[in-house]
Amino acid sequence: MSFRRFLAILGARNKEFWRDRAALAWNFIFPIMVIGGFAVAFSGDGPDLYKVGITDAESGQKLHFQATRYIQFIPITDIPAAITKVERHQLDMLVSPSRHQFWINETSPAGYLLERLLKGSDEGFKREAVTGAGIRYVDWLISGILAMNLMFSALFGVGFVIVRYRKNGMLKRLKATPVTAFEFIAAQVVSRMWLLLSVSVLVFICTDLFLDFRMYGSYLDLLIVFALGAICLISLGLLIAARLASEELAGGLLNAISWPMMFLSGVWFSLEGVNPWLQKLAQLFPLTHVINGARAIMIDGAGLMDILPNLITLVVMTAVFLVIGAYTFRWE
Amino acid sequence: MPPFLQVDNLVRYYQGVKAVDGISFAIERGHCFGLLGPNGAGKTTTVEMLEGINEPTGGSILYQGRPLGRRFKDEAGIMFQTTALQDYITVRETLEMFKQMYPRTTPLPELIESCSLAEFLDRDTRKLSGGQRQRLLLAIALVNDPAVIFLDEPTTWLDPQARRNFWELVQGIKKRGKTIVLTTHYMEEAYQLCDEIIIMDHGRIIAQGTPEALLAKHFGDVVVQLPKADFPAGCTQLEALANGDAVEIFSNDVNRTIHQLIELEVSLVGLRIRQRTLEDLFLELTGRELRV
Repeated sequence: MSFRRFLAILGARNKEFWRDRAALAWNFIFPIMVIGGFAVAFSGDGPDLYKVGITDAESGQKLHFQATRYIQFIPITDIPAAITKVERHQLDMLVSPSRHQFWINETSPAGYLLERLLKGSDEGFKREAVTGAGIRYVDWLISGILAMNLMFSALFGVGFVIVRYRKNGMLKRLKATPVTAFEFIAAQVVSRMWLLLSVSVLVFICTDLFLDFRMYGSYLDLLIVFALGAICLISLGLLIAARLASEELAGGLLNAISWPMMFLSGVWFSLEGVNPWLQKLAQLFPLTHVINGARAIMIDGAGLMDILPNLITLVVMTAVFLVIGAYTFRWE
Repeated sequence: MPPFLQVDNLVRYYQGVKAVDGISFAIERGHCFGLLGPNGAGKTTTVEMLEGINEPTGGSILYQGRPLGRRFKDEAGIMFQTTALQDYITVRETLEMFKQMYPRTTPLPELIESCSLAEFLDRDTRKLSGGQRQRLLLAIALVNDPAVIFLDEPTTWLDPQARRNFWELVQGIKKRGKTIVLTTHYMEEAYQLCDEIIIMDHGRIIAQGTPEALLAKHFGDVVVQLPKADFPAGCTQLEALANGDAVEIFSNDVNRTIHQLIELEVSLVGLRIRQRTLEDLFLELTGRELRV
């Protein structure tokens, strides 16, 4: 590995990206537009479906309250986590039939209504009030949008570009120099990684200025999750581009991978409650683990140890993609 | 002392087709060696094996007595038939990028001077003309101060003026003692630049030697050309072959041929006399046009 050759390719690639003003502007503007648009579109009180967490669901004990229509009852096993969700308006109420206890948020209008309904159908429940500002849809969405932008930029910015370089003979020209495949690939990964993280940080700061996101975890942890996600998705782009010389085929394959990820990795909506088969499928996508990790840090205040399974999965996926990608890489 | 580049019984298959069929030759240090032939003759396949870009199916290539390796990569300069350059960077930045890839390099001012790059040095590579682009690609091939330079059909897309300018640059490189391997289907280019040539067809060598020796070996005549309209139809006194709008008489004695034409009262206004060319040689050897 020659650091000089690596820097030569890295420098040229960075110049190419920064001087392509149209692509550069799009990388920054697109995510800001999406986040801004959703912030405006979902600025109301949200859908009129009430969400109530019920503990001891497996005991079979049913309350009269549970026969009420238009309320979604969600089985709960982790009571402290569910209480946090009530604090953040992610659950409108938490009910424990065995303890004859319920939790509501003092500031939630939905909580007030549900309390009246519960008292009208079942008696003897002890009231526990919590407080906390609600999590808006946009607070939940920001991780998904940033991760989605990461995915498109990594897959198309690396995968598609390498296929183009191969098709137009630039890779063949580099093959004729002492540059090794590893030096070339490493330069592509670092160049795109640096760019992706800069864009993500800038988009986050810009949108935070006017949307003031809820952030309960550590910014450094969030950056680590995005960095791991960026490397993983760039490696996936490299794997797809390892041998292809047709831009059309590469575009088709990249779309075939990115679109299911965009819809099934929880960018726009939570996968809780969807078909378990789809939930399992989503675990195969790196984007799912980036979003789950980032969302847990931002909304639940999770630390790196709490999202260790996501981080390990991303590291393992990166290693697999890079090893297969480097092994199958062809200059021509 | 072993030859500078030695090729023995080189074979290359492409999807079951024998693109190069057991060719052997040697290239001397400081020579300009030409590979000629029509499209599909196996020139580019051969030169890409010499460059180390493609592996031969059989046979051997030795560079200064040793198989192609790391030393060869450091000492070879390559100009491919088609090469894309990195977008959005200037000519100067492109040269600097390639310079960083080699342990030994040519000073930038020398490259700029020898390839006449000064007037567009700070221009984006996307905005170069065909001739400027070829000069930059030549400069990239020279960036590592190579001992051997491969030029694969370097003037194919150039207009006649740009082509002649390019030949002057290559002649300058030759004068500095570099070994050049050139593929071309322009016979005049080979005649102007090459010390030795091989003519390839169907993956085989059909002729080898210096251009002058090959022409002398195969031809002792010159060509007398006349417009077809001026030559009497059905004339039996002179043997003439049609070539487009002209007829060509292959003559060992020009004075006598012209005398015969005067006797036949043929107008000599459109008469031209030319030497035999490598183009004629190729036609003679294969019965086909060179650029088919």
